[in-house]
Amino acid sequence: MNELIYFFNYVVVAGSVTGCIYAMGAVGVTLIYSILRFAHFAHADMMTLGAFVVLLLTMLFPHAGDALGLPTAIVMLPIGMVFTSLVAVGIDRAFYQPLRTHKVKPIVMVIASLGVTLMLQGLIRLFAGTGAQSLYVDARKEIFRLEVPGITRPIILTEPQVILFVVTIAAVVGLHLFLTRSRLGKAMRAMSDNPDLARASGINTRLIITLTWVIAGSLATLAGTLLSLDVAFKPDLSFFLLLPIFAAAIVGGVGHPFGAIAGGFLVGFAETLAVFNWSVLLRPIRDSLPDWLALPANLALVGTEYKIVVPFFILIAVLIWRPTGIFKGKVI
Amino acid sequence: MPLLEAIDVHGGYGGMNILNGVDMAIEAEEIGVIVGPNGAGKSTMLKAIFGLLSVTDGDIRLRGEPIANLSPHKLVERGMGFVPQEKNIFPSLSVEENLEMGAFLKPASASRLKQQIYEFFPPLKEKRRQPAGELSGGQRQMVAMGRALMNEPSVLLLDEPTAGLSPRYMNEIFERVKAIAATGVGVLMVEQNAKQALRIAHKGFVLAAGQNRFTDSGEALLNDPQVARSFLGG
Repeated sequence: MNELIYFFNYVVVAGSVTGCIYAMGAVGVTLIYSILRFAHFAHADMMTLGAFVVLLLTMLFPHAGDALGLPTAIVMLPIGMVFTSLVAVGIDRAFYQPLRTHKVKPIVMVIASLGVTLMLQGLIRLFAGTGAQSLYVDARKEIFRLEVPGITRPIILTEPQVILFVVTIAAVVGLHLFLTRSRLGKAMRAMSDNPDLARASGINTRLIITLTWVIAGSLATLAGTLLSLDVAFKPDLSFFLLLPIFAAAIVGGVGHPFGAIAGGFLVGFAETLAVFNWSVLLRPIRDSLPDWLALPANLALVGTEYKIVVPFFILIAVLIWRPTGIFKGKVI
Repeated sequence: MPLLEAIDVHGGYGGMNILNGVDMAIEAEEIGVIVGPNGAGKSTMLKAIFGLLSVTDGDIRLRGEPIANLSPHKLVERGMGFVPQEKNIFPSLSVEENLEMGAFLKPASASRLKQQIYEFFPPLKEKRRQPAGELSGGQRQMVAMGRALMNEPSVLLLDEPTAGLSPRYMNEIFERVKAIAATGVGVLMVEQNAKQALRIAHKGFVLAAGQNRFTDSGEALLNDPQVARSFLGG
């Protein structure tokens, strides 16, 4: 039974954590694509930026969370979300909107977003340096050990993981209600369906664009911060996020926010299963194996350091066999 | 003073003029029908009125106020409705949501207007929860017109509302257009089914090469042997 708990800790928990992070990033990518019709490559850096802003705030007020019994970074999260959303809207006004008014091709927007990527990365490095930093400034990460009766190995969850699950569920439910119940959410879907007709219906498309950046920026901050809180903040976080979140958005069908969530979990679990050491699960039957079949110490499909190949592989496979994704989305 | 008036309108896309002096006028409760051969500038004229392409010369007036080159957004606010020929619905939104989008500027009266549209187009009521993209051609056209009517327009522009529809639906749509005009709306539509459309028209405009060739009542145009020979296929 210890092996099952091991599996639970290293696949179910780890996969859900990665899935939540990728899902929130992929929703942003998919929303931006459906409203603005370009692949926003700077999205992973927006996640890093959000985490970075929260890190700065946490360093400034390291004990702000003590009174509430929450990590300070969580208390600073709303401020980080607002700030990152404002930066996202500002970047749109400064760099993307002029290109839109010139009616440039989508590829020009993509290249512009690459420029924004480099700019954001440079800025973050300028202030944060290149090393990893913990978002637990002057505090310790709480780790919950859930004892399962009769088993020695406990289920291990960290505080940021629990918060991540709660926040992801709340964000998904909130997004669903917003898109299906609210007037602006419906207008957002309408604009994604048919921008010309949305304009001809009197929908304020500028407002919808602003709103898209606010939602995407807020989700990016949530995902980036909670990931950094669980592991550590690194200025090059985006390198490890960009590919998986695009793979997730494309797997889910670009333009479908809920497809992006499914895609996020699919990519997250695929990654986790690929680096999982299957040898552990076979240990109970090791003694009954014949002599000539020795159980290797490591039976993972790919080494942890190469786990980025998994989303790469998924991305290429989907683009070859089902370019519209699971839920028949647009083709980037 | 006519409700909608176009005086010597010139315009087109990117420097190339398609309209070379078009005159039109309709009153409230009237149906104006634009007919003519392919490439005569019929749809272009509707788009020029709705601010989708630039008017380089001439004047367009709504209740006497100049509206040429105003953005579609501004025109919707002033009570103009436009139903494009293609891509005139939001396919992934439900029928009900399509209608709500039409009343985007009037959220307070959306539910009242929605009931009116359901009375006007009964088939839409039973399909209200279905994605509009799954409906038949005729029902999509109803969604498209319903969406435009949700803003309570005083002028409704329809670009080939019966294109690709079966004769049954074509007659149904024409009946609805008559009913819309009867509520006080001025309707201006482009039609390929010229004869049937001129039968319900108060005013007909025969365009050719971006200019008015004949302008008269619908009935007079139908009975004009020259119009019949050149534009209505005998």
